[in-house]
Amino acid sequence: MCGYRQPIQILNYPGHWENNNLYNKHAGRSRPTRFLQKIGRNTRLRDMKKASFLMGIGPLFLLGLFVFPLWNIELGAPQYPEPLGLNIHIDGLQGQSEFDIQNIDGLNHYIGMKTLPKPEDMWEFSVFPIVIGSMVALGVLIGLLGYFNKLGYGWFFGWFVLMSILGVLGMYDFNAWMVDYGTNLDPKAIMKLQNPDGTPMSYKPPLLGHQKMLNFDAYSYPRLGAYLMFVGMVLTVLAGYVGMRSRSKKVQSMTKGKLATN
Amino acid sequence: MKKIYYVIGGLLAATLLYIGCNQAAGTNTNGALASSAAEKVYVAPGEQDEFYAFLSGGYSGNLTVYGLPSGRMFKEIPVFSQFPTSGYGYSEETKPMLNTSFGFVPWDDSHHPDISQTNGELDGRWIFINGNNTPRIARISLETFETEEIIEIPNSAGNHSSSFITENTEYVIAGTRFSVPVPQRDMPINEYKGNFKGALSFISVAPETGRLDIKFQVLMPGFNYDLSHPGRGKSHGWHFFSTYNTEEANSLMEVNSSQNDKDFIAAINWKKIEEYVDNGGGTKMPANYAHNVYSHETHTGTSTMKKEVLTVDPNEVPGAIYFLPTPKSPHGCDVDPSGEYIIGSGKLSADLTVHSFTKMLAAIEAEKFDGEAYGIPILSFDDVMAGIVKSGGLGPLHTEFDASGNAYTTFFISSEVVKWRLGTWDVVDRKPTFYSVGHLMIPGGNSRKPFGKYVVAMNKITKDRYLPTGPEMEHSAQIYDISGEKMELIYDFPTHGEPHYAAGCPAELLAPKSKKIYRLDENKHPYGINNPSEARVERNGNEVHIYMSTIRSHFTPDNIEGVKVGDKVYFHITNHEQDFDVPHGFSIIGQNTSELLVMPGQTKTSIWEPKQVGVWPFYCTDFCSALHQEMQGYVRVSPANSNIELSWSLGE
Repeated sequence: MCGYRQPIQILNYPGHWENNNLYNKHAGRSRPTRFLQKIGRNTRLRDMKKASFLMGIGPLFLLGLFVFPLWNIELGAPQYPEPLGLNIHIDGLQGQSEFDIQNIDGLNHYIGMKTLPKPEDMWEFSVFPIVIGSMVALGVLIGLLGYFNKLGYGWFFGWFVLMSILGVLGMYDFNAWMVDYGTNLDPKAIMKLQNPDGTPMSYKPPLLGHQKMLNFDAYSYPRLGAYLMFVGMVLTVLAGYVGMRSRSKKVQSMTKGKLATN
Repeated sequence: MKKIYYVIGGLLAATLLYIGCNQAAGTNTNGALASSAAEKVYVAPGEQDEFYAFLSGGYSGNLTVYGLPSGRMFKEIPVFSQFPTSGYGYSEETKPMLNTSFGFVPWDDSHHPDISQTNGELDGRWIFINGNNTPRIARISLETFETEEIIEIPNSAGNHSSSFITENTEYVIAGTRFSVPVPQRDMPINEYKGNFKGALSFISVAPETGRLDIKFQVLMPGFNYDLSHPGRGKSHGWHFFSTYNTEEANSLMEVNSSQNDKDFIAAINWKKIEEYVDNGGGTKMPANYAHNVYSHETHTGTSTMKKEVLTVDPNEVPGAIYFLPTPKSPHGCDVDPSGEYIIGSGKLSADLTVHSFTKMLAAIEAEKFDGEAYGIPILSFDDVMAGIVKSGGLGPLHTEFDASGNAYTTFFISSEVVKWRLGTWDVVDRKPTFYSVGHLMIPGGNSRKPFGKYVVAMNKITKDRYLPTGPEMEHSAQIYDISGEKMELIYDFPTHGEPHYAAGCPAELLAPKSKKIYRLDENKHPYGINNPSEARVERNGNEVHIYMSTIRSHFTPDNIEGVKVGDKVYFHITNHEQDFDVPHGFSIIGQNTSELLVMPGQTKTSIWEPKQVGVWPFYCTDFCSALHQEMQGYVRVSPANSNIELSWSLGE
């Protein structure tokens, strides 16, 4: 754990935002800054147990992915005042309204797209739940071990980094699927459309954001499951950070006299 | 930790506040300018009307749905008439809906729609309407906007003082305009007087299903029972009918039934008669009338003949029926939102007579009778009359109410709408109509809770209001803004058939629950198929049943062989779409019925009897997609003695 000590000491050099100026109302700091400082100060006073608690609950937010959609692709057009939508869950696709999948497939058959995959059609829908479940279990375990001082906060950051890598891989896979789905079209399609340069038109929805596709406006955005995952991951980073502060507190107590005379 | 929650909470609250403020600002900018008539009726593209209005179709036999204030027509709901647009009355499933004791009657004269109520307020479950010619009452669902049930009324003729709904939709009330021999028999017409009867039917409505059943019929003296309205509030439990021809004339009625200075409003205490009937009272009489019910599960109507009706002789239930003398052949018989005032519109006079329910009860209590008619006590006019509206107009017909104590009466002869105050009987305002207004409607105006923003006047004559279209033209309705002290004519719009009355309600009562599709997984049609893979053709003697599927944009199957001249070919079409507003149509050359218009999830059947050998095309009649023109198929028809096997295919 020695490796982490150096940066923590740097945070405590004289004149840092946590010095005695905090208690001087005429120091010219804005209210929000002072507020954050108070949080910082309070957080600093927490011990490693608090950090472990955060680490323990953070991964639980990922369980939301088993209930709520991760992502959503919505197709709106003048003749669809209530847009067609696709909710992407970790274990399969669901229509935003009950019959949207059927209706999207109905439209897509004109341009020769494959029908939307059922859970058994893609390995991702069986593997993703296992990966997420394992990561939750791992995260909670790290939190527990941290609580009983068996692990340091570095593990908290470690979990976050691993989860981030998996997330990026997931996004990459998702994008690859959309590329295949949007460009690998039936050669006998009823309508074969081309870009102005003569290349076949792609119907790949955007990974994130808005894109005009023929008469449709396609919108692709994260949904509640992803936001919960985001919150959970932020909590684990926070856990790492709090854990780091708790280390610095020991250092601080050793240097108290020096700060007081500063 | 807590501080973090405060920060997050604070941010959330700030966001909500921001959104909230935005919305408030948005609504504030509206309405500041709305002053001209055009602005009042203008519903911008993409925006929706404030009210639904259901106008009777008169001799079209149907019911039309409009928006207010725009006057835009949204739909014609087929009720008593065949409707080739959808195949209603032509498809095998809907033919039973038009069955009667006279056989298949494909038309009627629809008159007075009324929306179901709970506690005297519109509840938007169903709308009812009467068929005047071959007496019938229909119930229409306000989720599907389709006719679900039609019941024929025996012993009735000219089913005109109908279909009015009691305060909790206990009954739909249907009175006869023409009195007839009961039971019907061969007898001289000029022996009408004293022998003919006027049947007033009380049709119970099952609270959950809406299912109709004639609970009892009161056999009244042989007058003409013209219009009626239920009591409400304090007068709930009573029903009031206007009468004319108390002279009981049977010929040259326009003279002979206009001789009495006063006819009657008949006040009927139906709760008392209901109690009498519930305790075993009344006489069961043999009858023959059709009861037709449409199921949204099987998408099929079934017709059952009923053989008995319970009749009540007024003299057997003393104290249940009284006559209130009312001048000059009253037409409209309207009850104000409080239930206190009963307004009789003497159509041959200038004045309106208002009776007081409280005074009526007092007169009954004191037994202040002024004679009797066929054993029914006649109350003294002066004892029941609450006031007379000296209108200055001529030919009052019908009155509706707003929520602030005003009444609005149409005057047919002087062609105007007159606004007056209940209680003081003072005329507040009058505005001409163009021309010869019959009835009028304020949304909820026939309930305890009117929405007094607009009045729609339904005119009998159109003349120069629109571009001419030859001798025959539609009628015209007019919308008046009644939100102020003075009425303001703001719009004209043509109406279909001849509306005799209308019912309206706030849009939010119906719009959210309007069905978009029928669920395929709830389709229990015996010839429906759940999946295009189940499509097939079966022969049963000379009947050929084609189980056919439609989905954008093909029929399954689309090539059929083995059909022979002389076969009865049933096309059972199931629409497998589950998307709003994607119907498919079906028609085949030489079809002796109409096309079918099949809604998503629905199954409909058309019968086709091929008469000539050949290969005959069928196609989709509803433009369903960019490939609608390709949605077609062929049936090969072989000679009657041919031995070609049945076969069917798609894409082979």
